[in-house]
Amino acid sequence: MSLDALIAYAPMAPELVLAAGALVLLMVGAFSADDADAGERIGWLSILVIVLAAGTILLQPAGSVSLFDGAFVIDAFARFVKLLILAGSAVALMLSFGYLRDKRAMVFEYPVLVLLATIGMLMMVSAGDLVALYLGLELQSLALYVLAAVQRDNVRSSEAGLKYFVLGALSSGMLLYGASLVYGFSGTTSFSAIAGIAEAQGAAQNIGLVVGLVFVLVGLAFKISAVPFHMWTPDVYEGAPTPVTAFFAAAPKMAAMALLMRTLAHAFPGLEEQWLQVVWFTAIGSMLLGAFGAIGQSNIKRLMAYSSIGHVGFALVGLSAGSQEGAQGVLVYLAIYLAMTLGTFACILAMRRGDEMVEAIGELGGLAQTNLPMAFALGMLMFSLAGIPPLAGFFAKLYVFQAVVKAGLYPLAVLGVIASVIGAYYYLRVVKIMFFDEPRERFAPVPGRLGFVMAGSVVFLFAFSIPQIGTPIVEAAGAAARSLRL
Amino acid sequence: MTVASAPILSIITFLPLVGVFFIAFLPRTPGGDRNARHAALYTSAFTFAISLIVWFNFDRTTADFQFVEEAAWLGPLRYKMGVDGISMPFVILTTLLVPLCILASWESIEHRVKEYMIAFLVLETLMIGVFCALDLILFYVFFEAGLIPMFLIIGVWGGKRRVYASFKFFLYTLLGSVLMLIAMLAMYWHAGTTDIPTLMTTKFPYDMQTWLWLAFFASFAVKMPMWPVHTWLPDAHVEAPTAGSVILAGILLKMGGYGFLRFSVPMFPLASQDLAPLVFTLSVVAIVYTSLVALAQEDIKKLIAYSSVAHMGFVTMGIFTFTTQGIDGAIFQMISHGFISAALFLCVGVLYDRLHTREIASYGGLAETMPIYAVCFMVFTMANVGLPGTSGFVGEFLTLLGAFRVNTWVAFFATTGVILSAAYALYLYRRVVFGALEKASLKSLPDMNAREIAVIAPLVVLTILFGFYPAPILDVIAVSVKKLVMNYEAAVGQAAALTVP
Repeated sequence: MSLDALIAYAPMAPELVLAAGALVLLMVGAFSADDADAGERIGWLSILVIVLAAGTILLQPAGSVSLFDGAFVIDAFARFVKLLILAGSAVALMLSFGYLRDKRAMVFEYPVLVLLATIGMLMMVSAGDLVALYLGLELQSLALYVLAAVQRDNVRSSEAGLKYFVLGALSSGMLLYGASLVYGFSGTTSFSAIAGIAEAQGAAQNIGLVVGLVFVLVGLAFKISAVPFHMWTPDVYEGAPTPVTAFFAAAPKMAAMALLMRTLAHAFPGLEEQWLQVVWFTAIGSMLLGAFGAIGQSNIKRLMAYSSIGHVGFALVGLSAGSQEGAQGVLVYLAIYLAMTLGTFACILAMRRGDEMVEAIGELGGLAQTNLPMAFALGMLMFSLAGIPPLAGFFAKLYVFQAVVKAGLYPLAVLGVIASVIGAYYYLRVVKIMFFDEPRERFAPVPGRLGFVMAGSVVFLFAFSIPQIGTPIVEAAGAAARSLRL
Repeated sequence: MTVASAPILSIITFLPLVGVFFIAFLPRTPGGDRNARHAALYTSAFTFAISLIVWFNFDRTTADFQFVEEAAWLGPLRYKMGVDGISMPFVILTTLLVPLCILASWESIEHRVKEYMIAFLVLETLMIGVFCALDLILFYVFFEAGLIPMFLIIGVWGGKRRVYASFKFFLYTLLGSVLMLIAMLAMYWHAGTTDIPTLMTTKFPYDMQTWLWLAFFASFAVKMPMWPVHTWLPDAHVEAPTAGSVILAGILLKMGGYGFLRFSVPMFPLASQDLAPLVFTLSVVAIVYTSLVALAQEDIKKLIAYSSVAHMGFVTMGIFTFTTQGIDGAIFQMISHGFISAALFLCVGVLYDRLHTREIASYGGLAETMPIYAVCFMVFTMANVGLPGTSGFVGEFLTLLGAFRVNTWVAFFATTGVILSAAYALYLYRRVVFGALEKASLKSLPDMNAREIAVIAPLVVLTILFGFYPAPILDVIAVSVKKLVMNYEAAVGQAAALTVP
């Protein structure tokens, strides 16, 4: 390959770094000892690869570039979300080592699969074409199916992997069906060309295109676990090994949400009226189902699954404003949600007695008296997830609701805040169990890595209430939102 | 001048957090607990001392915001603090009550002392912040963040039904507040700023005002609390530890009234005018109905809680008369109720620490064994009734005066509330303090000790002092209230001139 070609591909540096890293590490793993130490070493090297990839993103010049006839787009939006995804992947990897060692599942394939999934996610974020979209999505999904079932000898893990695979394949099928309809009725797979056709007069009467759009939306709603395509979430969250759940909750959500935003904004701007209806419905449904569904849960991972459904609803609220403020709100929401989720899963991973994980919420009883720092961290995370100021979760909601209010969608805003009050109930219940109840048996000491992630996320929770600290994130999200054609 | 140039309001607001920082690193031993108590007391006392500097340097001749500080915060949001005549007394009330609360919890809190003191100091920061914030979102952040420490205080150190009470408190208040948040965002998009002084001069369209007013009302009416959304208060009061009840009654309730004065009346004058009859109705119902409910209570704290609701009815009534007397009276009533209800809860706490029951029937004839206590309790009972010579009288009288000018019937029904308050307060006093000393458990009760006297004495002095000489408070608020009323009349007059040909 000539040097010019290499320079032309420079905007793909993060994906290339990850791909090269994944292949090299796969080889290194195959030829090194088959034990946990080697697995963990490869894990750390994978984190290094992710950091390198993030570094190449930071070095990229501002502005937008597109490659392969517009199939691969790099703009401020892509860079923002990619950084979130890489951060999520790296931290989720870091969270997983201790757990996998305990379960004797620290195999070198695990970090490599995470890297491959991450490449898929980055491609999703940059996709400017239906084919690129599908390629990225499938690369991500296939790696994730295997990750869900990584504990091969555990029935629940295998079940979760199978469920995820069957339902995920179904959703991919629907997405593909929608994509083929869109292609059939527009004659192109490129987003910008589809946009041209969708913006033409009478596009709303082009039933094939609209049906195709709906099927694409269905497929993507599956991936972000929005109502009514959320049913897989609680089972997969509960069944998958906890660090894998943490990874699911962090990185793929960001990628699928970004993909949804770009597809709608770049391929279907002319059908905004049509897709906004769908987004409103899924936003309201997700918020309410997340709020009510979580009330009866006794397993903390299932609780987090419903919580994630609710939070996807809130993020979609921003999107339903159909404006740049809305997109900015969604991006701020994603960034803050990422930090809260990773912090919460660090706490869940620290719920151990001996070598056994406990997952019942009741086991947190009286944690404030046995391990106050952890109880404080989890308590603050819960208040933040509930959206109570001065914690970051409040600012996340502030930005999406401000966009909705600007768009004049008051009913949506009111429903949203009511859902957040209902949701507050179950977050408070966790706080109540930790602070008000009688102490249970102590958990094992918190490993340093988990403590580090907890502390980091709690610091982040307070960052937005300190003058000027949160501004860079909000401004970056604003710049990212401006590069979307909303 | 050095006072004006230093960011003194931020210092007062965040000084308690310095104490939190120290306490957080104390060991969990009896010695550590003792140090935590001392550290919390000195921090809050020092905060009070500094707030007095503000009080004495406060310019009583201007209605403008003073000691204003401003810094960039987050995007268009600004960190802006300042006080005017309306917020100044509340800042002092807060800094005064917190050290007393910490002193009152000295012995009654035995478990998790460190956490308790931290929660209290954090709460102090947030409460002062509410009264100093001059940015909508900053106000909201302080206003709602206060739920977290209060939730923990009720839930961890409360009585038997503490979990129920803490959830009810939290969710009720949250539901009211989130609607206010939507209104704030709507105001931001309309006016392009979240700066409170600017918004006070912004003219919102008439139909928008009504919705905004209702959304703010949802929050403040719950906080106040007004009938019929007052039901969280008796539960929260009964279950909270003594100091928690004191803060709840003394300061958190006042945030509702402060909110009406800071937002509803100046920013939405037309809606306020239209909806004043609604407020009057709810206030009068609160005054009469909750007074009657108070009469039937068996639990001392519950009785005082219902009496708080009734007294807050006078406040809302006074504010929505839009007269100088009414609003002066409402503010004065809030401050004076801050002393009186706080003191009454402290008095209940004195008994509860000794016998661990709040049932009225378990007491009787305390005058014989606890004479000092009987005198203090008497002063506050009389002040609660609104006897001339106590601060309770001044507030109630002024609000009634304002109401009488506007609507005689409202004044008439509210006045019956004064009689009813005499009924329940004196009935309570008779059953607890007078009568024969028959119960064996009461015969050996020690009278108030030096610490308890130190807590209650300042409140006795202030209640009587302001009863005879209310000028220190009225002087501070006068100019700001006058401006508020003038702006209101100007806005309403303009609208009337537009509609009447």
